[in-house]
Amino acid sequence: MPDFEPVLTANIHKPDSHTLAVYRQNGGYAAIKKVLGGMTAVEVVEVVKASGLRGRGGAGFPCGLKWSFLPKDHPGPIYMCVNADESEPGTFNNRILMELDPHQVIEGIIIGCFATRARAAYIYLRYEYPLSLRRLQAAIDECYASNLLGKNILGSDFSLDIYMHRGAAAYICGEETGLIESLEGKRAWPRIKPPFPAIEGVFRKPTVVNNIETMACVPHIINRGADWFKTMGVPSTGPRDPGSYGPKLYCISGHIERPGCYELPLGITCRELIDRHGGGVWKGRKGKAAIPGGISMGLLAESEWDTPLDFAGPGKAGCLGLGTAAVVVLDETVSMVDFLHNSCRFFAHESCGQCTPCREGTSWSERILARIKAGQGRLKDLDLLLGIAGAIGIMPGTTICGLADGAAWPIKNAINKFRDEFESYIRQTNPSGADRQEPAEALELVGLGAH
Amino acid sequence: MSTTDAAPVLTPEMRQEICALFPRYPTKQAVTLPALHIVNEQLRCVPMRAIPEIAALLELSPAQVHDTLSFYGFFKHEPCGKVRAWVCRSISCALRGGEDVLAALGEKLHVHPGETTPDGKVTLEFGECLGLCDFAPAMLAGEKVFKNMSVDKVDEVAALLQAQAD
Ligand SMILES: Cc1cc2nc3c(=O)[nH]c(=O)nc-3n(C[C@H](O)[C@H](O)[C@H](O)COP(=O)(O)O)c2cc1C
Ligand code: SF4
Ligand code: FES
Repeated sequence: MPDFEPVLTANIHKPDSHTLAVYRQNGGYAAIKKVLGGMTAVEVVEVVKASGLRGRGGAGFPCGLKWSFLPKDHPGPIYMCVNADESEPGTFNNRILMELDPHQVIEGIIIGCFATRARAAYIYLRYEYPLSLRRLQAAIDECYASNLLGKNILGSDFSLDIYMHRGAAAYICGEETGLIESLEGKRAWPRIKPPFPAIEGVFRKPTVVNNIETMACVPHIINRGADWFKTMGVPSTGPRDPGSYGPKLYCISGHIERPGCYELPLGITCRELIDRHGGGVWKGRKGKAAIPGGISMGLLAESEWDTPLDFAGPGKAGCLGLGTAAVVVLDETVSMVDFLHNSCRFFAHESCGQCTPCREGTSWSERILARIKAGQGRLKDLDLLLGIAGAIGIMPGTTICGLADGAAWPIKNAINKFRDEFESYIRQTNPSGADRQEPAEALELVGLGAH
Repeated sequence: MSTTDAAPVLTPEMRQEICALFPRYPTKQAVTLPALHIVNEQLRCVPMRAIPEIAALLELSPAQVHDTLSFYGFFKHEPCGKVRAWVCRSISCALRGGEDVLAALGEKLHVHPGETTPDGKVTLEFGECLGLCDFAPAMLAGEKVFKNMSVDKVDEVAALLQAQAD
């Protein structure tokens, strides 16, 4: 296979890649010229639709289709919210784009706003990315100074403002309606849908929410066309499969020789990503499992590593989906009890607390795992955990947002795929299988309410 | 106790900075989070007494501002250390010893996560995935990123944190 020529990361290794001058030297802002030079909003939506671009933020919703849901002749304002809250454990590709090629992201946002008739865009950035904040703000300032933002961009009748908005360390602000509530100045409690943001979003106005990486793809689609975009990735297999087209920034971390962000066509297998690009499992060890796309997606056992990491692949192996395509490798020494405790603790800490099944389910899962870890587990705890995991989420219809599904999936996959290990751990550490009082230490481990 | 004659918590500069953001949003309430950040940057916390002052600027009730503030565990009412350091405890870092680093750093600084050193220099906290998994185990201290930490490097890291606070 010839080596893939990077698209989104083509320029990130160049000196001063974050500046307007370097972005322009490499052909930057040609797409916006093309768009403003004679395309209509509908034409832009059609090209993006035809490219098959699907959202990179986790849900994989077709981008052009989402844009087409926005009202065409809305009398009031339309907003864009750019989701830069990137907080899914294992994921850091948005950070790389924002730090090293912020203009690429901004050009995509400008085109997205043109296509959806949005006249203001808010980039909701997680607090922990101070360099991204500075780089994006500097890039925005450069754009205003060069008539790429503000009134009558490049002499056209299209005007746009982009504002940075900083989060405050809460994972749930990445959920699009949690983001919207947070942006409005409220607690980040996700909204019940419908109405979807395209109809009623931020400030109760039609709103488009897109991920940073999704936006970074857009200028390339405009410049090089939908057909070119479709030369990368995995074609659709039928009318109900939108396919997995284009380049993807895969993250690899955990027990890997060369952690990092690797740009590859969608559909590379988990094994190829680990062995060929990540340099293999670290320290010459064997692999045990891998998270396919951020911790919410669950686990692929080592025997399942030939799964292609396209939008359909991980689901076929029992995972929740492709998610953020952030792979986290677990080597043969990892205790699945430790893994699952870490996962449950994360979701218990980050649940917004709005839905009882999620709030209670995540915090009890954490407590049960802490108890198992501390040598006081009972075999029946495994079915108890599976019971909780099966009962919380959008899929069983008990919660408002998908955080709970993401909390449930690692439980389901870890216990179903590694049940023997959990059972033998429990048998060894608590041979009598005694039902004991919950230890005070376990209670202390429960998150203290901070998000 | 009456607080009406106490000096305001928000300086004129803070008020100006907050009000300058109004044109960016169709509602003043949307300036809540930015306002909390502005106060927090300066005071290293958002004192209870700042809440009615922020509310007055944003034309909200103090309860609305407090409701939002309290959702984000990020904002504290008592000042944090000069440097706030978050050691990641999420999966990619934990797989490479992140939790041991957090424990060792706490021992070195004589604090538990969430506490500030007695000299007021460093607040040590755990963080959830900081988006630095390629550098696991990672820590964010103020704007500074500490990469590939290990228990062996904890003395050095503690010294750097102290120095950063000076
Ligand atoms: C709990 C939760 C957290 C999420 N976090 C993020 C995030 O940090 N960044 C992101 O882009 N999308 C995140 N999403 C997905 C968003 O809700 C939304 O689908 C996405 O931003 C849409 O953009 P896209 O279509 O370009 O992917 C999250 C979803 C859930 C349920
Ligand atoms: S599912 Fe969980 S995180 Fe999502 S709204 Fe309900 S309580 Fe909040
Ligand atoms: S898991 Fe520690 S930075 Fe991502």
